[in-house]
Amino acid sequence: MCLAIPGQVKEIFEQNGLRMGRVDFGGITKEVCLAYLPEIAIGDYTIVHVGFAISKIDEESALETLNTFREMGLFEEEFGVEPAPVETRH
Amino acid sequence: MKYLEEFRDAKGVQGLLAEIRRLVTRPWNLMEVCGGQTHSIIRNGIDQLLPQEIRLIHGPGCPVCVTPLVAIDKALAIASLPNVTFCSFGDMLRVPGSDKDLFRVKSEGGDIRIVYSPLDALKIAQENPERQVVFFAIGFETTAPANAMAVDLAKKRGIKNFSVLVSHVLVPPAIAAIMSSPVNRVQAFLAAGHVCSVMGFWEYPPLAERFHVPIVITGFEPLDVLAGILAAVRQLENGEARVENAYSRVVNFEGNLPAQALLKQVFTIEDRAWRGIGNIPQSGWKLSPAYREYDAETRFSVGEIHTVESPLCHSGEVLQGVIQPTECPAFGRQCTPRTPLGATMVSSEGACAAYYNYGRFAPVSITTAEEPACAT
Ligand code: SF4
Repeated sequence: MCLAIPGQVKEIFEQNGLRMGRVDFGGITKEVCLAYLPEIAIGDYTIVHVGFAISKIDEESALETLNTFREMGLFEEEFGVEPAPVETRH
Repeated sequence: MKYLEEFRDAKGVQGLLAEIRRLVTRPWNLMEVCGGQTHSIIRNGIDQLLPQEIRLIHGPGCPVCVTPLVAIDKALAIASLPNVTFCSFGDMLRVPGSDKDLFRVKSEGGDIRIVYSPLDALKIAQENPERQVVFFAIGFETTAPANAMAVDLAKKRGIKNFSVLVSHVLVPPAIAAIMSSPVNRVQAFLAAGHVCSVMGFWEYPPLAERFHVPIVITGFEPLDVLAGILAAVRQLENGEARVENAYSRVVNFEGNLPAQALLKQVFTIEDRAWRGIGNIPQSGWKLSPAYREYDAETRFSVGEIHTVESPLCHSGEVLQGVIQPTECPAFGRQCTPRTPLGATMVSSEGACAAYYNYGRFAPVSITTAEEPACAT
């Protein structure tokens, strides 16, 4: 139950004085409490846990991380699918 | 979110593995604190892909697993009361108490509802003013803000027939307890990303310094876990012990400040017993005096509770990384996900269930020749 799921905010509204939103999880839409993310806007991505948005996902740093991986050559063919040898050869 | 696929990229996995292999010169024991990470590691076979020098020790970060037996027994007692509607996250229903579980109470006529969010429980209370609605508020720092909000809303809205049975646990004191244990073998931590998304990681530098242990904030996708392992191994090989954030797209240093503010308002810190592990000082949250009227334990007198743990279950040693699930004699025999003896087999994020569900039946010992299993 600890896994929080990323989704995209599609709609923001008030319900009984509580900031709520509709969040799309790849096709499934759920009502989510946005009270802990006062700055989040429609179109932003967020991590949702037990009906609460707890953290905004920073697309820029996601892409930055991927770029670092890329610079390490992680996505390149030559580093590629073949695992590096573990055993010593005879 | 197209980039998410790339965090599952197989070539990236091989690249990170190659980098880890290049760096590692000697054996290291790393603990992933969070049950969600354990699940991801076993599902993706990450532990089997790693060079054999790197051992992953599964940590106590599954809230369902560590909720103490006495809390389960209290839940069973309250849920059996005739005027109570007892609401819980679904994975708590099969956790064995001393002599039954919540499913059994349900089959005996108890009004037990599985809810997705504590707000659903609050709604049930508002719609059924003639019933007492109790929510089983368990979980780590990730779940606690939702429960804090439900209690605060109940107070603000004057909802009198709602209460919570609180059993919240905190990660940093558990890290300190693991490092202080005489049987500890953890040399670096992969810290739970989603706990840190709420709490930030300002609590970790003093721990890294005090125990001279690298702590790397880590996500859940295969590349996230491997990037965390790589960062930890790099520090270990260099003799460093820093806090590093390998999950910066979700986690920042301060964490979620509005959530922390409400947590501080609704809860106070107390000592807490962890199932299978025992008491950890200052490791739990209970309702603060201003919210005590919403405490189910005081609202319903549940009397003296005598707990009886299954003598066959070694989940405490599993949760502390002393043994692997397959080293438990009951694993896959008396104990399966259909007939669980311990909470680590009930919860899908528990290490025993992860091993069972992904067909890991062969023991992979993390003990060394000098240290017998079940040393505690
Ligand atoms: S396999 Fe079952 S009995 Fe053994 S430690 Fe895990 S939960 Fe307990």
